Amino acid sequence: MNRSPTAATPSIVDREPVAGAPVGSAAAAWQFVAKTMAIANMEVRKLRHDPMELLTRAIQPLLWLLIFGQVFGRLHALPTGDLTYTEFLAPGILAQSVLFVAIFYGISVIWERDLGIVHKFLVSPTPRAALVLGKAVSAGIRALSQALIVYIASLALGVRMNLTPHALLGVLFFVMTGAALFATFSLIIASLVKTRERFMGIGQVLTMPLFFASNAIYPTSIMPDWLKWIVAINPLTYEVDGLRALMLTGGESALGLGMDALVLTVTLAFLVGVGARLYPRIIV
Amino acid sequence: MPDVIRTALASSPYNAEMDDVLATDRLTKRFGHVMAVNAVSFSIARGEAFGILGRNGAGKSTLIKMLTTLLPPSSGSAVIAGHDLTHDAATVRRLIGYVPQGLSSDPDLTARENLQILAALYDIPRSQRRGRIQSILSLVGLEDVANRLVKTYSGGMTRRLEIGQAMLHQPTLLFLDEPTVGLDPVAREAIWTHVHQLRAELGVAVCLTTHYMDEAEHLCSRFLVLRNGAGVSTGSIADLRAAARLAQASLDELFAYFTGDAVGQEKHG
Repeated sequence: MNRSPTAATPSIVDREPVAGAPVGSAAAAWQFVAKTMAIANMEVRKLRHDPMELLTRAIQPLLWLLIFGQVFGRLHALPTGDLTYTEFLAPGILAQSVLFVAIFYGISVIWERDLGIVHKFLVSPTPRAALVLGKAVSAGIRALSQALIVYIASLALGVRMNLTPHALLGVLFFVMTGAALFATFSLIIASLVKTRERFMGIGQVLTMPLFFASNAIYPTSIMPDWLKWIVAINPLTYEVDGLRALMLTGGESALGLGMDALVLTVTLAFLVGVGARLYPRIIV
Repeated sequence: MPDVIRTALASSPYNAEMDDVLATDRLTKRFGHVMAVNAVSFSIARGEAFGILGRNGAGKSTLIKMLTTLLPPSSGSAVIAGHDLTHDAATVRRLIGYVPQGLSSDPDLTARENLQILAALYDIPRSQRRGRIQSILSLVGLEDVANRLVKTYSGGMTRRLEIGQAMLHQPTLLFLDEPTVGLDPVAREAIWTHVHQLRAELGVAVCLTTHYMDEAEHLCSRFLVLRNGAGVSTGSIADLRAAARLAQASLDELFAYFTGDAVGQEKHG
């Protein structure tokens, strides 16, 4: 078979320099960051146009803290060390509400596919990893409102919060990285299942195990060994552990803050790599 | 027919000696056992307006998706402005503009923001962005509503914005996938006028798919007719008439002849 189009049509124009193409790896790296931030910036604009969505998302973490937290706190059945149960719970609920928002992020990716927005992004000269990471950072920005709500509620409930700048910066990192990680996981699922109906089913199946098989609402010390193994490979565990160390006055990390940050960052990088390969498939 | 259309049509007859901006060679896409696009070869000249015609499921959208780098071909090849579609996709992406089927601007952003994101994704230098966006807004007649959310736009306005988005980086070849489906007659005519304006002012070649034979006739000087994924005829309306041995046939009748359909059945989109 003749695979050379030039043989069939000899009048192809000569190669010509193309405007905007990056020259050198530093320029390419800068463009990667600039494009990632451009996508995230659009998310900020959308939130500014319609901030109502953020308010509706505040309800769930409030219910967990105010109802579940207050009732379970009275049992005094869980070994939470020096922390009251509400103090133990607050970082777990922040991580959980970030998870719940991020894990359904794939729905908006499917919606953007249906509109043709994804097509437009994929036709542009943008590295697929920048598109995926841009979406991940967008999810991170959305998750920050959850942090604000949990902080306000926790302070109102008398939780001794660590409000030093470095602790707040650390929380910012863990909230955004956690949201980015689960949103990218969600994008990967959306790219594979492609329809809202199938996505909703899988999203609901995944959310509960991720939440319950973690240290979010009870300490791992009371778990059977088989469950501890699952908890150890659940990224949410590391997010909760990091948040528990940073959010609370006298909070401690059971796994090590460095380890928490490393696990989340490496998992996010891995998922962005996988997502970059699978995201283009969502349009097929 | 508006004057601008007549002028553009008259000024760009196909000339076989012109440089080709696109050339495919036996381009093929298989999905399992289904041949969505089967060994299609055709070329588009610089500045030309080219129509890909065919029934639903004939392979038009799959062909466009391959040519816009969204789908990798199963076999065969294509060259766009001198760059191989498969091996040099990143460069091809800088040279083409694409308006997908459906209304694909982000409804939760303003027209200006929709253009700003693409300016960033296409690496348009910051110093040029404001001016480029302003001239595109004026080109598609949306200057006065540029700061309104796109969800408040009519279908025709959104379509014009999308054409503006696709032209922001000044591509050599613009792909339009069913550009006027769902638009009222006035909005359709406005889109046609804009497409001809783009060609006349910017010299961009246009490759569009359509079900509407009147649209194809208004906008395009040459055509590719697809049937069951295969190219059954290509060329100007005179070429199609000669191939069909129907000297007086309209494009409608030629479409019916080549796709095996009754006249006009495919007009519903």
